[in-house]
Amino acid sequence: MADAALNTGRPLLRVDGPLKVTGGAKYAAEYDAPDLVHGVIVPSSIARGRIVSVDTRAAQAFPGVLKIFTHENRPWGAHFSVFFKDPMGPPGKPFRPLLDGQVHFSGQPVALIVAESFEAARDAAALVRVSYHTEAHKTDLEKEAVHAYTPPRTRLGVPPTPKPTGDADRAFASSPVKVEATYRASPENHHPMELFASTVVWGADKTITVYDKTQSPKSVQIYLKAAFLLFGRRVRVVSPYVGGAFGLGLRPQQSVFLAMLAAKALKRSVRVVIPRDQMYTLGYRANAIQTVSLGADEDGHLHALKQEAIAATSQYEDAQDPMLFFSGLLYGCENVKLAYKLAKLDTISPCDMRAPGAATGMFALESAMDELAYATGRDPLDLRLENYIDYDQMEHRKMSSKALRDCYTQGADKFGWSARTAAPRSMRDGRDLIGWGMATGIWDAALSPLPARATVTLTADNRLEVTTSVTDIGTGTYTILSQLAADAMQLPMDRVTTRLGDSSLPYNPTQGGSWTASTAGSAVQAACEKLKDKLLKHSHRTDQASLTSDPSVEFVTLLNVAGKARMEATATITNLPFGKKFTSATHSAVFVEVRIDEELGAIRVTRVVSAIAAGRILNPLTAQSQIRGAAIMAIGKALHEDAASDHNLGRCMAHSFADYHIPSNADVFDLEVIFVKELDTEVSPIGTKGLGEIGSVAVAPAIANAVFHATGYRVRELPITIDRLLPGLPL
Amino acid sequence: MKRFRYMKAVSVREAIGIFAAEPGAALMAGGTNLVDLMKYDVSTPTVVVDINGLPLHDITEQPDGGLRLGALVSNADVAYDPRITERYPLLSSAILAGASGQLRNMATVGGNLLQRTRCSYFYDVQVPCNKREPGSGCPAKTGLNRGHAILGASPLCIATHPSDMCVALSALDATILVEGPRGVRSIPFSEFHRLPGESPERDTTLEPGEIILAVDLPLLPPSMGYSYLKIRDRLSYAFALVSVAVLIKIDDRIIQQAHLSLGSVAHKAWRDKDAETLLVGAAPVRAVFKRIADRLLDSAIAQEQNGFKIELAHRATVRCLEQAAAGTPQSQANKRIC
Ligand SMILES: Cc1cc2nc3c(=O)[nH]c(=O)nc-3n(C[C@H](O)[C@H](O)[C@H](O)COP(=O)(O)OP(=O)(O)OC[C@H]3O[C@@H](n4cnc5c(N)ncnc54)[C@H](O)[C@@H]3O)c2cc1C
Repeated sequence: MADAALNTGRPLLRVDGPLKVTGGAKYAAEYDAPDLVHGVIVPSSIARGRIVSVDTRAAQAFPGVLKIFTHENRPWGAHFSVFFKDPMGPPGKPFRPLLDGQVHFSGQPVALIVAESFEAARDAAALVRVSYHTEAHKTDLEKEAVHAYTPPRTRLGVPPTPKPTGDADRAFASSPVKVEATYRASPENHHPMELFASTVVWGADKTITVYDKTQSPKSVQIYLKAAFLLFGRRVRVVSPYVGGAFGLGLRPQQSVFLAMLAAKALKRSVRVVIPRDQMYTLGYRANAIQTVSLGADEDGHLHALKQEAIAATSQYEDAQDPMLFFSGLLYGCENVKLAYKLAKLDTISPCDMRAPGAATGMFALESAMDELAYATGRDPLDLRLENYIDYDQMEHRKMSSKALRDCYTQGADKFGWSARTAAPRSMRDGRDLIGWGMATGIWDAALSPLPARATVTLTADNRLEVTTSVTDIGTGTYTILSQLAADAMQLPMDRVTTRLGDSSLPYNPTQGGSWTASTAGSAVQAACEKLKDKLLKHSHRTDQASLTSDPSVEFVTLLNVAGKARMEATATITNLPFGKKFTSATHSAVFVEVRIDEELGAIRVTRVVSAIAAGRILNPLTAQSQIRGAAIMAIGKALHEDAASDHNLGRCMAHSFADYHIPSNADVFDLEVIFVKELDTEVSPIGTKGLGEIGSVAVAPAIANAVFHATGYRVRELPITIDRLLPGLPL
Repeated sequence: MKRFRYMKAVSVREAIGIFAAEPGAALMAGGTNLVDLMKYDVSTPTVVVDINGLPLHDITEQPDGGLRLGALVSNADVAYDPRITERYPLLSSAILAGASGQLRNMATVGGNLLQRTRCSYFYDVQVPCNKREPGSGCPAKTGLNRGHAILGASPLCIATHPSDMCVALSALDATILVEGPRGVRSIPFSEFHRLPGESPERDTTLEPGEIILAVDLPLLPPSMGYSYLKIRDRLSYAFALVSVAVLIKIDDRIIQQAHLSLGSVAHKAWRDKDAETLLVGAAPVRAVFKRIADRLLDSAIAQEQNGFKIELAHRATVRCLEQAAAGTPQSQANKRIC
């Protein structure tokens, strides 16, 4: 499969790279339209209550202001539509901007100013006066955790928390070695580089073109048509380039809703951009309090694994992510009990963020495994090997492949793990305490839960066009699809053009869940096979077998023989959720070195080795970028990121990058990536497993474990900031 | 952002004239702080007076052997000027510990002195803040105050002054040359910034209409040890949790003179000259350094979340003194603390 390939599997540069570095790639807020007007949001200052009045007089009188939308004058229709729902939304009632006078979270849009210029809209927004009837809010998870509940309805597309096996309570009670601890993870904001924005171009001919920052043009199109009852119109959603999204673009955002609301009412083209300081009003990675209980024998053999998570959600939706879904899959244990609960807060709904759930759940489990290693006197890596399993004990199924053992050995080798001395504080360099830590990662390997299509078209000039509606959010999708198509059609790369991110292209739901490479890639490959069959049929060639195996054949000659200017083929990939014989997952073993000043607590993550098992690697260059980027993001989770709220005000106060820290270049040292060989013929037709999330899962716990090894002090709360570490650094 | 008029001043007199006549006027140098604050509606000047055309762009020798830094010299030009790196390496180091290369190219000496606090409540016009809106209250006192002041705060305000450069200038005993409607005067650095007290809206002792012309650096005794140590939440591009600037003169293993200033712990760079006298005549050893750190911080008061800053400031003081005494100042390029 991969071996005969000319392009696939090679470290080719991104085909969209030149456009991106020269500014040729256009993003949602960069599209213009005749008479374009601009919308700016007025956010609420309170977390919960009712709007008593909105005084818009001064704003309305501001030069250039066209219209101010509030809950009092918003157009009818949008809000009462029973179809108001987005496909990725969790159970509950989705937030509907400007629906009524209720305030559900601090920063909620309470008015939209539309003006001739962005500046006029922004300046007028500052003149709007809102008075509220304030109600007591709840934003502190620590306080609301006592009211935690098991979500009654699970969210579509999120695997439910596995049922218990054995009797974990009893097994834990009778285990000779017990580790039980509570871990906390702070809320995080996605903060992609590109702001959320939407430019709605109102066409005279009943067409509406929406340039939107989204991971799914198709979902946005379906959502807009339903929410705004636009059935008589042609709505096209275009997002060819997306400057990162990290999950926040899985749901249609307020920007596109408000831009469409204004455009429809004014019959004009409208742009709405969510500024950086309102980013926290769009969604966040749920903060969580988790308790892990591990029972083992003296050798570290697991007998009981219990994990309870209490994660934040909003008052109006049961946001859910697979926080505990993977916890029973890594280690052999007959008694597993997982409990995933939610606590309601007066915040916006949490939203999937890279490796949703797993990044937080695995931080707790893998920290606890490290604690167990110390409790049993075992090397953390040996402990994991001791408990290795190669089947799915929760579903009693085989794994379609699992090269995690190779991740452990190759990662450890590269890192030099065997030189580690076990005792905390046993490695140092002058005043730097050195810590080596490791952790295991896991993420789902699946095709998209919804069917996906791709079309390939060969033209007489020997060019191939590949089209599918999904976006490339920086993942390298353009490049890998071109590689696959080039090989399938025996063409050089420069003959292939891939077009993505457009709802008018063949249906392909969403970039997300690490399923796009497998799903879109398989659809493209299948479409190419179909096209070849078609070409052979039309050209009446009888020597089909020899043709398709002869790499020197140019399919365009068949097109010419058939007397056609172009020929296309479309294939659909479906993922049937039932009757699966295998469980499929990507795995990682991550090894980390930290250096910590013994008195001052400044932490440097000087080395990260990520060994990844993710099936077939289509392009080692873009694949490594995925893993490195994810590792950097996880350094942020481990050491920096905290969308901290003032609970008196019920408001997130981390509005800018001065308050919301992400790693700077100086915080990133050596990041090494190893892809271990993993052949998987079941997971997807092209043998890939997806790479978007796996790089993020194990890095934060590996850092936390390294911090313990360096200092002998266990910080069970992320991010590990100096204030949290200092008590562990006695003079 | 609110609408404002924009004008370019061509002479110091003219700038002072406008500045004194129009209470809503703001001077703009590099703009890296002012424009940010305007975007967030924290500053709402009626007129922005661009002063970049004023002749305050030079670093000049002083008759007493010191240097004069024009108010409009960029932070980068100060940090890399050979006279600064040779004679005032502490200042160069402190500047390079701050912001980023791009910002240091824009930021000026005068603007850096007058940059405002980074308290997140100050920056959010939808919430109260006594510094921004006197009398509205201080949510930081009962809210997120992990980064706030441990020294010299008042019940009305616990904000810190965030500058790195100012910590060095404080240790260097710089003076600020200003000119206003009533003429030219010099302000000792320690009297330039003020504690919040009853009027946290005022950061400095500048009189209405006064503009900064220059910062004067006094001649230093030869071969002083120095170090600038900045501890922050990530390794670069973050404001300090605490920072320490030290200048120390040691002869025959006896401390002859020591200047020590703490940053990001108070409403101004924090110096205690009485405490410094404890060092004079003592040996440059850890026990002595600890004693002065104790003394510097014995009046420190923690808020709910920032108690660690007292301990951190203590440790950073000791370390910075060790670095300066050993002649191994903290490198701002290598993020390892030496
Ligand atoms: C992202 C970012 C990161 C930063 N990180 C750091 C850091 O780590 N450490 C640090 O110390 N600083 C940091 N800063 C702050 C930076 O140092 C200041 O913004 C800069 O020094 C201000 O200088 P400026 O010339 O741009 O001032 P401006 O923004 O032009 O002016 C600031 C204030 O000074 C007044 N002013 C300017 N010149 C004069 C004058 N001659 N007379 C009277 N008044 C005057 C203005 O009216 C205004 O009120 C950071 C800033 C940003 C934006």
